[in-house]
Amino acid sequence: MEHKVDQKARYAKTHEWVRIEGGEAVIGISDYAQDKLSDIVFVELPAVGKELKAGAACMVIESVKAAEEVFSPVSGSVVGRNEALEKSPELVNSDPFGQGWLVRVKLAAPAEAASLMDAAAYSSYLATL
Amino acid sequence: MSFIPNTDADRSAMLEAVGVRSVEELFHDVPVDHRFPRIDLPAPLSELEVLRELDALARRNADCGAAPCFLGAGAYRHFIPSVVDSVISRSEFATAYTPYQPEISQGTLQAIFEYQSMIARLTGMEVSNASHYDGATATAEAVIMALNVAQGQRRRIVVSAGVHPQYRAVIRTYTQGMRLEITGDDADSSVEELAGMCDSATACVVVQNPDFFGRIIPPSSLSALAKSVHACGALLVAAVNPVSLGVLVPPGDSGVDVAVGEGQALGNTLSFGGPYLGFFAFRREHVRKSSGRIAGETVDRTGRRGFVFTLSTREQHIRREKATSNICTNQSLNALAAAVYLASLGPRGLRKVAELCWHKAHYAAQCIARLPGYKVHAAQFFHEFIVRCPISADETNRRLFQRHGIIGGYDLSREFSARGNELLICVTEMNSREEIDLLVTALSEVGHA
Amino acid sequence: MPEPLLFEKSRPGREGVSVPGCDVPQTAIPAALRRPSLPLPEVSEVDVVRHYLRLSHLNYCIDEGLYPLGSCTMKYNPKVNEAAARLPGFARLHPLQDPSTAQGAMALLFGLQRMIAEIGGFHSVCLQPSAGAHGELTGILLMRAWHGARGETRRNRILVPDSAHGTNPASTSMAGLEVVEIPSDTRGNVDLLQLRAQLDDRVAGLMLTNPNTLGLFEENLLEITRLVHEAGGLVYGDGANFNAMLGIAKPGLMGIDVMHFNLHKTFSTPHGGGGPGSGAVGVGEALAEFLPGPLAVQAKGMAGGEPRYEWRTPSRSIGRVKSFHGNFGVLVRAYTYIRMLGAEGLRAVAENAVLNANYLQSRLKDIYPVPHGDRTCMHEFVAQGKIAGAPDIRALDISKRLIDHGFHPPTNYFPLIVPEALMIEPTETESRETLDSFIEAMRTIAREAVSDPDLLHDAPHSSPVRRLDEVKAAKELKVTAG
Repeated sequence: MEHKVDQKARYAKTHEWVRIEGGEAVIGISDYAQDKLSDIVFVELPAVGKELKAGAACMVIESVKAAEEVFSPVSGSVVGRNEALEKSPELVNSDPFGQGWLVRVKLAAPAEAASLMDAAAYSSYLATL
Repeated sequence: MSFIPNTDADRSAMLEAVGVRSVEELFHDVPVDHRFPRIDLPAPLSELEVLRELDALARRNADCGAAPCFLGAGAYRHFIPSVVDSVISRSEFATAYTPYQPEISQGTLQAIFEYQSMIARLTGMEVSNASHYDGATATAEAVIMALNVAQGQRRRIVVSAGVHPQYRAVIRTYTQGMRLEITGDDADSSVEELAGMCDSATACVVVQNPDFFGRIIPPSSLSALAKSVHACGALLVAAVNPVSLGVLVPPGDSGVDVAVGEGQALGNTLSFGGPYLGFFAFRREHVRKSSGRIAGETVDRTGRRGFVFTLSTREQHIRREKATSNICTNQSLNALAAAVYLASLGPRGLRKVAELCWHKAHYAAQCIARLPGYKVHAAQFFHEFIVRCPISADETNRRLFQRHGIIGGYDLSREFSARGNELLICVTEMNSREEIDLLVTALSEVGHA
Repeated sequence: MPEPLLFEKSRPGREGVSVPGCDVPQTAIPAALRRPSLPLPEVSEVDVVRHYLRLSHLNYCIDEGLYPLGSCTMKYNPKVNEAAARLPGFARLHPLQDPSTAQGAMALLFGLQRMIAEIGGFHSVCLQPSAGAHGELTGILLMRAWHGARGETRRNRILVPDSAHGTNPASTSMAGLEVVEIPSDTRGNVDLLQLRAQLDDRVAGLMLTNPNTLGLFEENLLEITRLVHEAGGLVYGDGANFNAMLGIAKPGLMGIDVMHFNLHKTFSTPHGGGGPGSGAVGVGEALAEFLPGPLAVQAKGMAGGEPRYEWRTPSRSIGRVKSFHGNFGVLVRAYTYIRMLGAEGLRAVAENAVLNANYLQSRLKDIYPVPHGDRTCMHEFVAQGKIAGAPDIRALDISKRLIDHGFHPPTNYFPLIVPEALMIEPTETESRETLDSFIEAMRTIAREAVSDPDLLHDAPHSSPVRRLDEVKAAKELKVTAG
């Protein structure tokens, strides 16, 4: 099955994506990740102000059959959370790159994102799985 | 008698289908030197013979049904309505498996949902799980939940000396690999002192109400404690007596965050210590950090109401090493017994049982207090109180049993060596006035050196 | 027809069981202590009986038919067990009574400890844990304490095969130790090379299920236990699959240092819809003094006559893991079972359980892939819910359709290492006819999957409720009535 890949994002091997918009980054999980989880029932978002480290677990996304950790692809502090997910966690399934975004982060080290995969590299990576 | 239906003829046909000549061949992977060892067991018995042997073993016990009994201390003799055993003996409940296939397990799942609802209302809490093993492990699991709520950042717990010694022991066993500081129970502390021990490193404060010594913590004190504990950012855990909640203010009304306890008193036999029932009720906001099975309501694809186990991602079969607990098998049939008990008695029935315990225990205490040489500890109590005896508690009990056929109270020196002359006496609705008067007369008689 | 909740059947004023009047002078209960209300259902005894009877009709149970649940050992629960546990001398016995008034019960505990030790090849047995997972936690704490007593506090890792039951890593975490996963090899055994690579002085031990969750006997068992011991570690045995081993081999003699038994699996005590169970723990001599107490022991220095029993807490006990003495009512049932079977009966259990499983495997593996079907299985085997010509059909669909054929499905999606796993364990108490009916049903379902897949996708059709919305249950979270 073909999974969608957002061309404007960069990706971690653990299927999180990040889109840089100025000095801030929006983080979410990819279409492949939401498909693997299936129906998402709960998202535990970190608090505003929390410091995230690239590669470290920062939140948990729960479906009926799994609870997966989300690893922050970049370092920085949380400046915004997608509060809509509290009532509608299924947005992560239906629109993982758009309305299903997770947090907005003020970047601590903007250069970090360059070490992540671009859309083409991620697509190739998905083909190997 | 192995309950094996297949005959040699069946086995021959099956061996042929499998393609081996003998059953022994199927065990070729077992190291040959270890195969088919001698097992030294007594010769097998027929059903008639085994029941005879068990009956003989059972008769060597002096059970609480035959003798007046005033023993409590964590396990209680209460009347169990006949309907309870009638329900839990049904094969459909007793021999069913854990409801992993909810479509054919709605009996179990709805019964558990109802049990959860009853426990929540009884304790005044928002949510209950489907059971833990007993009151002690439920208390330990409550401590672990408090640690999880604090995200592992708080490593200190305060435990009142009034909590059952066995519960405190189980908390320590369960947490021995967790590098925790457990404090507060080396001396008897007031509720105010416990509040003072709570700080920003404390995950929870654990109390028992009524406590192990029978003493009630008044609702106003418990509420004040809850306020102090919350001000520190910690949780208040209270182990409570479920029958007492037939009449007493429930923990949920006093700001308690996790209410646990021993549910044996609700429709389960004493059975020499188990199987019992750990009930576990808590605030809805903490549900994702809770442990144990939880039944939830939903619908099937035709819109019909049904029940399933939910929030399974907290549990071991999904979360594995990150699960909130390792619990798998619980005490489901004991929970069913508790639900049937509560359903059979109803709110008025349970209140009457609780009131009988109160009145009879207070009558007993007043009579014993009038006996020369005996002193009853002054403290507000529900159905257990401490009696200081003129001779050792141990000798008192021995004489009570040998001379009067009475099973006396709990000898507190078994847990606290300094309390050699103290008995914890428990009176329930099962003790008639005649039995209580007999106890008083007997105590008067045995109290001489 | 859905059965209403008891709360929905409640009517103000309905009375249930009668309670006696008060025969003593009353003492006023202070108003400040009284709860304002108690919102429990008000129903009559008739309501209660009908309610639970109707609920019971919604349940499948072993007394109705086959439950081929792998690793659960759903064998028949003998009714004599129920009579035994209900004897008044057991049921009405208070756990804190003076031992002189409970000698029969203590004799039973002592006898059961001895019998389980003999069956498993262990030095001592503790009957306190309430369930398998409880036994696992106990066992890991025992291993930790043993290493700690020898100053080996660096040993904080437990090796766990990737086929292990979820309770294994969960118990390890509760004990404060780290889980290191060991993969399985192509024959379904623990991968020896990978095991060797992980064995160092940080390892406290290995948790091993044997036969494993693929239903296979570890071909390198003696080598595995030897390697772990050589590296200074201990071996924990998860006894969930012990039904295949009764009278066949003694784990305690094959290098297992500590093991839990599931009395509600191997020893026929009923599952009760999820419990109660009992997770007795057997240990070798080295760990005996660390066991939770108190244990029932024979009093010393008795000359002739009946042995007398007393309580003894081992000298370096890790502490109690539960209140009182364990699930005594469950222990009575296990004792009864073992006394009825004796050594030859127990061996017959394992032989028939293993033969039944191999029979099913041989008759199903041409239709359903069995990844290790080339090996002799033990009491269970793992097939895959994949049918040729029906690519959209999964293990879940096959399981739900089995319900329409009158059977409880096998264990689904476990072990995790086999995709679309169906773990099938018939047990020894099933007749050849039942096994043949099950085979027939599975073969029919394979045909239905190709000719009429919606029959499977929409299954079950004939159960009291259809497939349930688990997403809604988790999202909307309604866990209390009203």
